[in-house]
Amino acid sequence: MKGLASRLGQMMLVLFGISVLVFAVFFATPGSDPSARIAGRGASPEVIERVRHAYGFDRPLPMRYLTMMDHLFISRNLTSYVNHGQNVVSEVFAAAPVTLSLVLWAALFWVAGALVFGMIGAAFQGGWIDRLLSFLALIGLSIPVFWLGEMVNLVSQSRFHESWLFSWVPPLGYVPFATSPLGWAKGLILPALTLAVAFIGLYSRVLRTDLLTAMQDDALRTARAKGVGPWRLWFCHALRLSGLSALSLFGLDFAQLLGGGALLTEVVFALPGVGHLTYQGLSTLDLPLIMATVLYAAFFVVIANAMIDGLYRLLDPRIGKGSHGG
Amino acid sequence: MAGDALLTVGELRLRHRQAGVLLDGVSLTVKRGQILGVVGESGSGKSLTGLSVLGLQPEGSLSGTLAFDGEDLTRFTPRDWRRFRGHRAAMIFQDPMTAFLPVRRIGPQIVEQIRLHTKLSRQAASERVVSLLARMGVPSPEQTAQRFPHELSGGLRQRAMIAMALSCDPELLIADEPTTALDVTVQAQILTLLKEIGAREASVMLITHDMGVVAQSCTDVAVLYAGVVIETGPVASVLQTPLHPYTQALLTAIPPMDGPRPERLPVIEGVPPSPETRPSGCVFAPRCPQISPECAVRPAMRGEGAHRAACVLVA
Repeated sequence: MKGLASRLGQMMLVLFGISVLVFAVFFATPGSDPSARIAGRGASPEVIERVRHAYGFDRPLPMRYLTMMDHLFISRNLTSYVNHGQNVVSEVFAAAPVTLSLVLWAALFWVAGALVFGMIGAAFQGGWIDRLLSFLALIGLSIPVFWLGEMVNLVSQSRFHESWLFSWVPPLGYVPFATSPLGWAKGLILPALTLAVAFIGLYSRVLRTDLLTAMQDDALRTARAKGVGPWRLWFCHALRLSGLSALSLFGLDFAQLLGGGALLTEVVFALPGVGHLTYQGLSTLDLPLIMATVLYAAFFVVIANAMIDGLYRLLDPRIGKGSHGG
Repeated sequence: MAGDALLTVGELRLRHRQAGVLLDGVSLTVKRGQILGVVGESGSGKSLTGLSVLGLQPEGSLSGTLAFDGEDLTRFTPRDWRRFRGHRAAMIFQDPMTAFLPVRRIGPQIVEQIRLHTKLSRQAASERVVSLLARMGVPSPEQTAQRFPHELSGGLRQRAMIAMALSCDPELLIADEPTTALDVTVQAQILTLLKEIGAREASVMLITHDMGVVAQSCTDVAVLYAGVVIETGPVASVLQTPLHPYTQALLTAIPPMDGPRPERLPVIEGVPPSPETRPSGCVFAPRCPQISPECAVRPAMRGEGAHRAACVLVA
């Protein structure tokens, strides 16, 4: 209970810090004066002044900050500076499921891929298969995701769309799960795979190294002396011992992607997710939208961290049960 | 059944690609009901000998004979090894701290071994674990089985390790320095336990560098030097009338318990040869005070009855 409370306090602190930072940086950015933008192009100074007053931009910064937080969290009617009347809170809530679906699919692919390729690499350590995999991992890591996305689109949407291989690929865009589960899955497979490629490259190598380290462990020698067969040795012993560092890495990457890190993939595949929204907010210097998406992202990073911590404790009993105050 | 050979190791050689020839002719016999102490300095190949019996030696070319109860271990397939390890011969290791998988409870780790080799149900296996732990003198065995390795003391952990090794009633228990990582008092308890096991349940091969441990708990002893067995025999005979100059030198290096205190303890001059510098003749020759020209040829084991040594001085 105490751990939970301190977690919550920590989260509040992080969210507060980030929001203040975003707010301060925004008003320090040259050319970001929202009054001029709201008043429109060629508006007279008087009009701009009136807008400034009406929107409260002439009030001191702390007041403006508090007002914005009130609109964002309490009355939940924070509107965009650019598209008048557009409620950014509901925008973010509409975009979140898209990103969540994309990242969940991608995580599925990248965990499966990392497990398969990491294990094969470790089992054939030093052999040609291992070297080939390490080469492929390097390629996967270095391909820019937007380029790969464009290539996938080119191949699956136009060039070979009629072939048996890609005729199932739906047009770009997002189909909500509630509308059609099958359409939802179909539309996300290729974007998720594209997003997962770099992660598979990274994670398969991390896992391979960890597995090989674990294999040298005394506990694994004991397992062999017990008469444990090779499959059980790899899956139940080595993997169990080595999955921990990959897990903490996974937590960070997963949270980062949920918070909008999948921006390029979302843009290339026309998925209206959080990354897309962040991109839109940044390109139009729309503070409410930026604030909402950034806080949303920070929220997920903190939550995911807490979850990974809990999972870690479950998986590795050596980490003290009471290290967090209790 | 006491008396017939359970394990016979003959002229065992292990050549490692990088480290060179690690074992250069290890011959020893473990009879049923025996506790054989395998003593030697670090690097003499005593642990490797133990690992080789389970087919767990580091990769390299292994030659010589390994016979277990009439079966030729050198012809074992991976499948044969899997059935053999933990079932007919089991091993306990030096450091019980790291030998258990740190992320699983003690009980399930022992259950795993039981279920690998028998058809017992999970429930029955768990009950067996509790009775095994109780037999090893673990207090409140039910709770201990639910603990993680790091929650137990070193002595308890080693007892649990021994319980795991004995879980499938092996005929041979290989104990690789089982007491080195423990306190002296716990050491004595574990040795007593091993002695009981040797008397009742299984033959034991006790690998150690400690002559005191050998004197305390073994029935027989094999002395290893630089990857070669140089003397074997019943403990009392070897300790009282050592035949090989190395064994003699080792025993004089033990501080006397009574009598006048010596100014300095006698030492053996020089260092053991490394695999690269191992002489082709007697391995101890370069440090031997009684060297003779005949030592240029590796001497065979000679002697009367059970007590034998590889030295030209032995008639």
